[in-house]
Amino acid sequence: MSLKIVVLAKQVPDTRNVGKDAMTAEGTVNRAALPAIFNPEDLNALEQALRLKDQYPGSTITILTMGPGRAAEVIREGLYRGADNGYLLTDRAFAGADTLATSYALATAIRKIKEFDVIIGGRQAIDGDTAQVGPQVAEKLGLTQITYAEEILNVDKEKGRITVKRHIDGGVETVEGPLPIVITVNGSAAPCRPRNAKLVQKYKRALGAQEKAAITKDGEALPYADLYEKYSYLNIIEWNVADVQGDLAQCGLSGSPTKVKAIQNIVFQAKESKTLSGSDKDVEDLIVELLANHTIG
Amino acid sequence: MANFYKDIPELKYHLNNPMMKRICELKERAYRDKDEFDYAPVDFEDAIDSYDKVLEITGEISGEIIAPNAEGVDAEGPHCADGRVQYASGTVQNLDAMVKAGLNGMTMPRRFGGLNFPITPYTMCAEIVAAADAGFGNIWSLQDCIETLYEFGNEDQHSRFIPRVCAGETMSMDLTEPDAGSDLQSVMLKATFDEKENCWRLNGVKRFITNGDADIHLVLARSEEGTKDGRGLSMFIYDKNQGGVNVRRIENKLGIHGSPTCELVYKNAKAELCGDRKLGLIKYVMALMNGARLGIAAQSVGLSQAAYNEGLAYAKDRKQFGKAIIDFPAVYDMLAIMKAKLDAGRSLLYQTSRYVDIYKALDDIARERKLTPEERQEQKTYAKLADAFTPLAKGMNSEYANQNAYDCIQIHGGSGFMLEYACQRIYRDARITSIYEGTTQLQTVAAIRYVTNGSYAATLRNYEQVPCSEEMKPLLERVKEMTAKFEACTNAVKETQNQELLDFVARRLYEMAAVCVMSHLLIQDATREPEMFAKSALVYVNYAEAEVEKHFNFIRKFKAEELEAYRK
Repeated sequence: MSLKIVVLAKQVPDTRNVGKDAMTAEGTVNRAALPAIFNPEDLNALEQALRLKDQYPGSTITILTMGPGRAAEVIREGLYRGADNGYLLTDRAFAGADTLATSYALATAIRKIKEFDVIIGGRQAIDGDTAQVGPQVAEKLGLTQITYAEEILNVDKEKGRITVKRHIDGGVETVEGPLPIVITVNGSAAPCRPRNAKLVQKYKRALGAQEKAAITKDGEALPYADLYEKYSYLNIIEWNVADVQGDLAQCGLSGSPTKVKAIQNIVFQAKESKTLSGSDKDVEDLIVELLANHTIG
Repeated sequence: MANFYKDIPELKYHLNNPMMKRICELKERAYRDKDEFDYAPVDFEDAIDSYDKVLEITGEISGEIIAPNAEGVDAEGPHCADGRVQYASGTVQNLDAMVKAGLNGMTMPRRFGGLNFPITPYTMCAEIVAAADAGFGNIWSLQDCIETLYEFGNEDQHSRFIPRVCAGETMSMDLTEPDAGSDLQSVMLKATFDEKENCWRLNGVKRFITNGDADIHLVLARSEEGTKDGRGLSMFIYDKNQGGVNVRRIENKLGIHGSPTCELVYKNAKAELCGDRKLGLIKYVMALMNGARLGIAAQSVGLSQAAYNEGLAYAKDRKQFGKAIIDFPAVYDMLAIMKAKLDAGRSLLYQTSRYVDIYKALDDIARERKLTPEERQEQKTYAKLADAFTPLAKGMNSEYANQNAYDCIQIHGGSGFMLEYACQRIYRDARITSIYEGTTQLQTVAAIRYVTNGSYAATLRNYEQVPCSEEMKPLLERVKEMTAKFEACTNAVKETQNQELLDFVARRLYEMAAVCVMSHLLIQDATREPEMFAKSALVYVNYAEAEVEKHFNFIRKFKAEELEAYRK
């Protein structure tokens, strides 16, 4: 039994090492000031995929990511750990996407990939922390979803069932779902294995078209150019909107209803504490207060 | 995120040593694997780039998994149950990460699943791992026993055992017995040939066996009944899958707690001969030990680095009398000497590993075709240098690891004596390095012939011809004088023709040779990379010169009659 697995991965700014330049004046993330990394929970998801591949030899893992040309790094990192191939969704028209437009783009790409049993990604990315993309992809593809997954316990492809342990408030629960399925993985799942020495040597030169163009833009020759013909896997495939037959209106900024109104620096401080009773009056007073100071609403 | 490779730029400097070009060319046989294996390098730059990337993986695993696990592994240690070893839980995680990263059988040919790396980048990995956890370093580094099986085993044994080691199975070398420690000629483990089953059977006890419950063992045993010396010993391969060897107990040690040191009981254990009978000790174990000594030298450098890191961080952080203690001369003196010993010892380590690389690669080529006369000469030259340098690298680095660990605790003051700080673990772990795989005293025994036959002196004179920068010239002049004093001492002792006197001052002569060699190496390093090494070169030559002076004075004034006062 072999499985076709798609891992959704995102290149994110390393918000765990935030400096003072982390945000721009316009309130967006200053990506240049932060190192770009493989979103941590997507690595947990990749590990679950790799374990399935270990368990069911012949299974294949495809990394799917959306981002600028340099996001091909995420695909390489996947290949270094045992993924088989990857697609980089990249187009100016995809830029500025919120979760709705992102999940739309990913769903179109997954339809193009066509064959899949398990689509798996991290619960959320550390730059947006929405945890919406995975579930939205499932909805757009009309698939069942299992969120907060901690471990895939069993897959029965003949019966088309998968058993997953979920991390929930106050404990764990084991659930079963039909294949194909979308799974989002929690950070409490097993950490991803390290890069493999042979795979790093094999794939270290894999590049996307934009990365190659960046190297050769000043007339420089692409180092080891002949190897890209000899080994097709060194050419990371890029897909644009047309490649996935995307509707421009649903992509990128134009497909994103989310608008950032303003952004403020907040210093969290607990100045005083207030004890509230459970009475309707106290709750009502609190809501009024929070509305008044714009904490909510 | 700590990366134990990227955080130490000296390693990359040594990786880029000019000798690497020749080493890669020999090891890769003019890059012939490139069409057969998709991960083989196509040229020299590609090979170095691959080593660099694999070192980065090792550095990452060491920084993010092995080092954070070290304290837990030290506390938990391995356990013995039903004749088997259970590693500490952190050790299991460490091993799993290293195996998944494909960092086993690193030096083995690709056709067996190895990475075909030279000894030098492999040794760097061993240093990095040891800096994170010296005890775990043992379990992982014992993979280099496979070198001996590769060198002396037959094709059939290669195909059965090497792929398993490349896939992550562990190894041990079963040499020591209760009555055969430094003196391995006394090994009594009995090997008898079982005519019925057409195999060898091992019976007896081994003691102090590092990672004694390994998957594949190389065992020194007495195959020639009635013999009593080294000529009756052969080397055997024992495969744990065959059964017959149980772990009776695990030793309770001062340090390297994660590394299980086992007492093994062989009960009719099925084994196969590796190589020829009777050559077990005199040929194979000597080769095995030389590899292991380089491994301990690497472990020692890792520990020296760890001690320096801890000492430096504490000295910067700790404030007394209104300032950080690193600002006091008494403290920065210690730290500067620690760093100088570390840099000097590391240069010696990788100079040695490069010598080993060249002669071993040529040895391997000789198994395929006849070497040209020039290649034969090259092989001979580097084999001799490797033999002469290995005891220096092992002995000096293990002593420096201990000295650095001692100073690291000293910098911590009272806190260093408490078990909360890593420095106490480093101190305990370092202690074994100058003992196992041949004590420093035995390294001296191995090295003294190169003192008396003028090998070290000749190498030092060659080093004097290596061009150095203007800044380094005054230091070079001082080292020339140090070398002259070393030669004067050597000659004075030789002239007495008193063997006991020579044995008595051997350690001093050995150290004189070693510090002169390391001074030269640092001068060469500082010439190539002044920013990185100029300070250490000066500090080290200051230190080394004082050491030479001390020994020079002692030997010059010492009279053979005074030995009486030292004897029991």
